[in-house]
Amino acid sequence: MTTTTSFSRADHFTGEAESAPDFEAIRNSPEFVRLRRRLLRFIFPVSALFLVWYLTYVVLAAYAHEFMSERVWGNVTVGLLLGLSQFVTTVVIMLCYLRFAKRRVDPAVAELRGDNA
Amino acid sequence: MTTTLAAGVGEPGINIGIFLAVVAVTLFIVYRVSTRNASAADYYAAGSAFTGVQNGIALSGDYLSAASFLGIAGAIAVNGYDGFLFSIGFMVAWLVPLLLIAERFRNTGRFTMGDVISFRMRQRPVRAAAANATLVISFFYMLAQMAGAGGLVALLLDIHSTGGQALVIAVVGVIMISYVLVGGMKGTTWVQIIKATLLLVCVVMMSVFILGKFGFNLSDLLGKAAQNNALGESVLDPGARYGKSGTSRLDFVSLSLALVLGAAALPHVLMRFYTVPNAKEARRSVVWATWAMVIFYLSTLAIGYGASAIVGSTAITGAPGGENSAAPLLAFHVGGALLLGIVSAVAFTTILAVVAGLTLTASASFAHDVYANVIKRGHPEPGAEVRVARLTAVVIGCLAIGGGILATGQNVASLVALAFALAASANLPTLLYTLFWRGFNTTGTLWSIYGGLGSCLILIVFSPVVSGASNSIVTGVDFHWFPLSNPGIVSIPLSFVLGFVGAKLGRPEGTRDAELEVRSITGIGAG
Repeated sequence: MTTTTSFSRADHFTGEAESAPDFEAIRNSPEFVRLRRRLLRFIFPVSALFLVWYLTYVVLAAYAHEFMSERVWGNVTVGLLLGLSQFVTTVVIMLCYLRFAKRRVDPAVAELRGDNA
Repeated sequence: MTTTLAAGVGEPGINIGIFLAVVAVTLFIVYRVSTRNASAADYYAAGSAFTGVQNGIALSGDYLSAASFLGIAGAIAVNGYDGFLFSIGFMVAWLVPLLLIAERFRNTGRFTMGDVISFRMRQRPVRAAAANATLVISFFYMLAQMAGAGGLVALLLDIHSTGGQALVIAVVGVIMISYVLVGGMKGTTWVQIIKATLLLVCVVMMSVFILGKFGFNLSDLLGKAAQNNALGESVLDPGARYGKSGTSRLDFVSLSLALVLGAAALPHVLMRFYTVPNAKEARRSVVWATWAMVIFYLSTLAIGYGASAIVGSTAITGAPGGENSAAPLLAFHVGGALLLGIVSAVAFTTILAVVAGLTLTASASFAHDVYANVIKRGHPEPGAEVRVARLTAVVIGCLAIGGGILATGQNVASLVALAFALAASANLPTLLYTLFWRGFNTTGTLWSIYGGLGSCLILIVFSPVVSGASNSIVTGVDFHWFPLSNPGIVSIPLSFVLGFVGAKLGRPEGTRDAELEVRSITGIGAG
C-alpha cells in the first residue's frame, strides 16, 4: 500500500513544480520494475538479433564470395537478395517494436505518469 | 558520346541559377521562422516544438549527407556490390537509436549529449569530455562535407582553379553560417526538411525512371551495368573493392561495425531528439527517418547500377569529380541540363544543410557544456549562453571553411566513415552504460570517452588513411603501422571494455541514479 501512496504523490508532482517526485519510490514500485523488465526483455534480445544477423551478412560478404556470387535468377545473386533481405528485416523489426511499444510500453508509462486520465 | 561529357557537364549557368534559387528560398524561410531574442531552448532545440514527422524528415536530412548521395551512388557505379554494402550499413544502423537510444535520450536531456551522460556523474569532467568528443566528431564529419563541396564545384560549375574552388567553398560556408545565426535550430531544421524532401523526391524519380528504362527488370539492369563497367561481371559480386587481401576484408568488417554502431552516436543526430516535445515523438521521428532511409538506400542501388549501365564506369572515373560524379552524370544522361541542375542544387543544399547542423551541434556543445557548465559552473548570466553559442558557430564555421579548402580532393566516404568510427568508439558505450547500467560512474565515463576517442584518433593517424598508401592525406612519408583504414573493430570494443573496467575501479556515484532510471523510461520529471 505504501507504494500506492508514493504514486499518488508522484502523480501530483509531475505537473506542478512543488518538489521533485520520489524517484526512489517509483523505481522500487512493482509497476515500474515490471515495465522496465518488459522493456529490456524486448530491446536487448532484438538488438542482439539484428546485430548478429547484420554481422553474419557482413562476414559472408567479406569472406564467402563464391556463395554470395551464386546466380539465383538472371543476374540476381544470393548476395543481392541477402542485402535486400536486410532492408526487409529492418522494416519488420521496426514495425514489431512499434507494436510492442504501443501495446505494452505506452499504457504502462501513462499509468505511471498519471496523465492517462 | 561520353567523352564530350568528361570535360564539363551541362550548363554551369543553369546549375548556379537553380542553386541560388534554392538558397534564396531556404534563407527566406529561415528568416520567417526564426524567433527574435531566442532563448537557449529556442536556439538549441527549437523550443522542442517540432512534430515527430517533421523531425523524422529533418533527421534523414541530417543523415543523408553528400557522402551518402554522391559517394554511395558513385561507389556502386564503379565498384558494384561493395558499394551497396555501405547502403546496408547506413540503413540497418537506424535500429540502434530506435530500440536503444532515442526515447530514453529525449527523456533524460534537454540540449546536448553532455546533458545525458553527465546526468548522475560529476558535472565538470564529464561535460568537458562530452564536449571534446562532440567537437572532434563534428569536425571530422564537417571536413568530409566540405571536401565533397570542392569536388562538386569542379564538376558542376566548371571551376577548376584552386582559388576559384576556395572562393566557392567560402561562399558556401558563409551561407551556412547565416542559416545557423539567423535560424538557430528551428531554421536549420526547416532547411533539413526542405532539403531531405527534395533529395528523396529526386532519387525516387530517378530510380523509377531507370528501372522503367529496363522494363522494371532488375536482372536486365544488372546485366547492362556489368556490361558497361570496366570490372565486368564481377561488379555483381562482393569483393571488387574490399576483397583483394585478408587486410582489406578485415577492413571492411571494421568499417561495417563502425557504420552500424556509429549512427546512433553522432552528436548532430542525437541533438535532433530534443527538437520534439516527448519520447513518443522521438520514436516517431526515428520511424519516419528509417522509412526515408529504406527508400533512399534502395534507390542508391538503382541509381548506382543505373549510372554504370547508362553512363559507363570509365566515363565516371574520368570525370572531374571522379566517383562522386556518378549521380550528376546520370542525371544529365536521363534528364538533360535541367535535371542535372536540380540534382546538383540538391547536392549543394545537402552539404550546406548538413554542415549547418554540425555547426549548430558543435556550438551548442561548447556553449552549453563547456561555457555554461564547466566555466560558469551551471550559472551563466542570462542570455550569455546563446551569445557564446552564436559566437562559437561563427568560429566553427570559419574553421570548416579553412578545413574544407585544405581537404578538397580527399576521399569523402572514408572521412565520413572515420567520423562514424569516432562516434561509435567515444559515445556509444558511454550512452548505453549510462542509460542501462546502475553501476556506471564518472571514472567509467571518462575512461570510455577518452579511451575510445584517443585510441580511435591514434589508430587513424597511424593508418593508411594518413600515410603510406597511394591516396593518403600525407604523401612522401610513410609512418603507418596500423593496417586498417577504419579503426572501429579495435577502438569500439576497447571503449566498451575501458568503460566497464573504469566503472569497476572508480567510486560509485550514488546520486540521481533512481531519477535517471525512472526518468529515462517514463519521462517523469523531464522538461
